[in-house]
Amino acid sequence: MSHAEDHEGTRRDFLYYVAGGAGVVATGAAVWPLINQMNPSADVQALSSIRVDVSGVEPGTQLTVKWLGKPVFVRHRTGAEIQEAQEQDAEGVDALPDPLARNFNLNADAPATDANRVMPSPEGEAPGAWIVQMGVCTHLGCVPLGDAGDFGGWFCPCHGSHYDLAGRIRKGPAPENLPVPPAEWTDASTIKLG
Amino acid sequence: MSGIPHDHYEPKTNGEKWLNSRLPIVGLIYDTIMIPTPKNLNWWWIWGIVLAFCLALQIVTGIVLVMHYTPHVDLAFASIEHIMRNVNGGYMLRYIHMNGASLFFVAVYIHIFRGLFYGSYKAPREITWIIGMLIYLMMMGTAFMGYVLPWGQMSFWGATVITGLFGAIPFVGDAIQTWLLGGPAVDNATLNRFFSLHYLLPFVIAALVIVHIWAFHTTGNNNPTGVEVRRTSKADAEKDTLPFWPYFVIKDLFALAVILVVFWAIVGYMPNYLGHPDNYIEANPLVTPAHIVPEWYFLPFYAILRAFTGEVWVVQFASFITGGIVDAKFFGVIAMFGAILAMALAPWLDTSTVRSGKYRPMFKWWFYLLIIDFFALMWLGAMPAEEPYATFSLIASAYWFAYFFVILPILGVIEKPLPQPETIEEDFNAHYGKADADATPAE
Repeated sequence: MSHAEDHEGTRRDFLYYVAGGAGVVATGAAVWPLINQMNPSADVQALSSIRVDVSGVEPGTQLTVKWLGKPVFVRHRTGAEIQEAQEQDAEGVDALPDPLARNFNLNADAPATDANRVMPSPEGEAPGAWIVQMGVCTHLGCVPLGDAGDFGGWFCPCHGSHYDLAGRIRKGPAPENLPVPPAEWTDASTIKLG
Repeated sequence: MSGIPHDHYEPKTNGEKWLNSRLPIVGLIYDTIMIPTPKNLNWWWIWGIVLAFCLALQIVTGIVLVMHYTPHVDLAFASIEHIMRNVNGGYMLRYIHMNGASLFFVAVYIHIFRGLFYGSYKAPREITWIIGMLIYLMMMGTAFMGYVLPWGQMSFWGATVITGLFGAIPFVGDAIQTWLLGGPAVDNATLNRFFSLHYLLPFVIAALVIVHIWAFHTTGNNNPTGVEVRRTSKADAEKDTLPFWPYFVIKDLFALAVILVVFWAIVGYMPNYLGHPDNYIEANPLVTPAHIVPEWYFLPFYAILRAFTGEVWVVQFASFITGGIVDAKFFGVIAMFGAILAMALAPWLDTSTVRSGKYRPMFKWWFYLLIIDFFALMWLGAMPAEEPYATFSLIASAYWFAYFFVILPILGVIEKPLPQPETIEEDFNAHYGKADADATPAE
């Protein structure tokens, strides 16, 4: 093989790599918009924060609101329910299927005690009176039923997950506690989600 | 095609010669239709035609239904009622399309189990088998997305549960789920894209069907003996085969007519028997139906999905060795897709050199047990997620995997097969006598 041919081969190889590389980049650039168009559109993203009036929610009842296309349970617990949830704490969070609080408003490693799951109470109410959580089973996304299941909390009819009065998974296929969404009081009777 | 010696198309007239030298399409069709087909095929070999019919039926009825359907969360449910009440013959078109999906799956399951019994997946037909499995996967995707379109309660919650499967993938699951749904939950964006894909996939299936047929026309059909057609000469091949047209076409069409009698009876007299009443309630994101059940054809795999809960030791072991990355939820998803993958791997898991189950005395019983297992899983998938069904589901799921990953590999080594006929002709004559050699095979 002569030098001239070598020289030409190298130039040709270089052109192959440049052309091939450009083809790959161009294909990627063409495909990306086709993939990205399936991500949430601007109007879907815009509905990310709502305010909920909870003045009508009596102790022992629950309000279900739709936020980000999913139900959110706002439960006003009675004194007896608070007590029962705190007694369930006594067994120790490490014994729970999911020992983490799953509370967006706290650190990710906060333990799943009842106190870490509830809203801070407004003035004049017992601590732990309000609990706000996503009404979406952590198994496969069904809506659990309130006042049901073996632990007095929520029960998912789809695949049989039982949650206790603090929304913690106790039995069944669901891997995690019901997540607590970003929530805060804007006044004594309004909760802001998101 | 087919490697089996046979007569090819010869253009005779000037017009035929003119066309053939420009586009040999008549020859292609002739060779496809006249393919030499083993003359001992039994009635289990008619389901291919039924499947082709189902695909055509679903595409034709689907195209006309789209002329009246509206893919929007506020209007979809009402547009289905519009089809049922106002559109001329609309109720019949919709009932045919709904039940056509069921016929499609009846046919595909029998077709798959036919292949599993007679060893149709074995060399040299692995590509036919793999393409078939891809078609089956696409059918499941298409059927699932089609079921979402009426926007009833089962539509919505079925979509929520099934897209939730993708959310179980470690690390990227949530991002993938949001991308699939086009938002944080099943909503209008989801309905629109499912409609688009439900329209697209049947045409992809049609293309794969052509490849499927191409593949088995290259290798030749399998047959109940599993013995290959003799390729030594055209005369030998003709002793083992008959042309597909007219012998098998007429036989298959007769079978199709009988099956359609049953189909029309269901469409006409009990069109909602295979559906769920809950799907006549409009979708409501805030209320889950008490009992979410997929369509019957998904039940076996749904049972496998639900069988692996956190209490099962394999799940705990998988979670332990992966440091918690594979949790119970993800394990269930892996098991469900794994159950289908196991079927696709059958050509490489089965170590026996004998194709047909007819000559495998031990295999037969394990296979019959697999059929029972399939129906047991189907029943269990429809049951609520509680005892004793949970334990039964686990046992039945375990057998499904054991059949493919343990029994098939071991049987090939320890089993002593029965003597097989030398040729297809010998098998045929033993059944029907030599004088009858021209009759269509029947069993």
